[in-house]
Amino acid sequence: MKTYVLKPMSRRQAMTLLGAAGLTCAVAPAALAGPEDVAARIAELTGGAAGDDALITLDMPEIAENGNAVKVAFDIDSPMTADNYVKAVHILADGNPEPDVATFNFSPAMGACYATTRMRLSKTQNVHVIAAFSDGSFGSAEATVKVTIGGCGG
Amino acid sequence: MSKVKPRVKVPKTAEVGELIEIKTLISHPMHSGRAVDGDGKLIPRQIINSFRASFNGTVVMSVDLKPSVSANPFFTFPFTVTESGTFDFVWVEDGGKEYTKSKKISVG
Repeated sequence: MKTYVLKPMSRRQAMTLLGAAGLTCAVAPAALAGPEDVAARIAELTGGAAGDDALITLDMPEIAENGNAVKVAFDIDSPMTADNYVKAVHILADGNPEPDVATFNFSPAMGACYATTRMRLSKTQNVHVIAAFSDGSFGSAEATVKVTIGGCGG
Repeated sequence: MSKVKPRVKVPKTAEVGELIEIKTLISHPMHSGRAVDGDGKLIPRQIINSFRASFNGTVVMSVDLKPSVSANPFFTFPFTVTESGTFDFVWVEDGGKEYTKSKKISVG
């Protein structure tokens, strides 16, 4: 009959094992941005100023079958004159790997303020549109999009 | 890599003061750096990270893109025509490579 002897573990061996365990934790799957991250990002962009959403109209699907290409369109009621125009529009998503989707920089030469693009959504989530006006104020609007098939590949 | 091809739709003529719509599309995979290929290997990030539209040398509109923008980035936006001239559209890829397209418009 074979006998197994349980050897006491040296300190060095113990540390090596602990180190390996630590590494395993460090490479846990990449976390998705949460609503808190988006709230923090919005605060960073706007300096915490509360937005007025009456001027922004969003056009997004309520249900997106394919998260790889979700239409996002916004229309902002602005005269787009040299002293009153929309400087920038930020699109943020609170369930994607990173909150930022795209930032549009506008100029009065456009004469109107709207734009359309397509974005990826990894799961059902809220999409925020933040408008920065030339007078330093901000407006925001948000919409929830239900996503049937996520669009983050893999 | 599939061929990257920019396309733009701008009216050829317009009246002074007319609001026109510009449509742009560039065929590009927008690799987010998160998806894997058929062999399970991570495809490195390669996206169009910025776009700008200029009219007669002045930037009228630009966009900063993140990996969350869909493949084949597509934009529509308005422009008010004041004079004849040339639109220049530039897409910048990760690594600094630029793709360009120009369109002329005449008034009257």
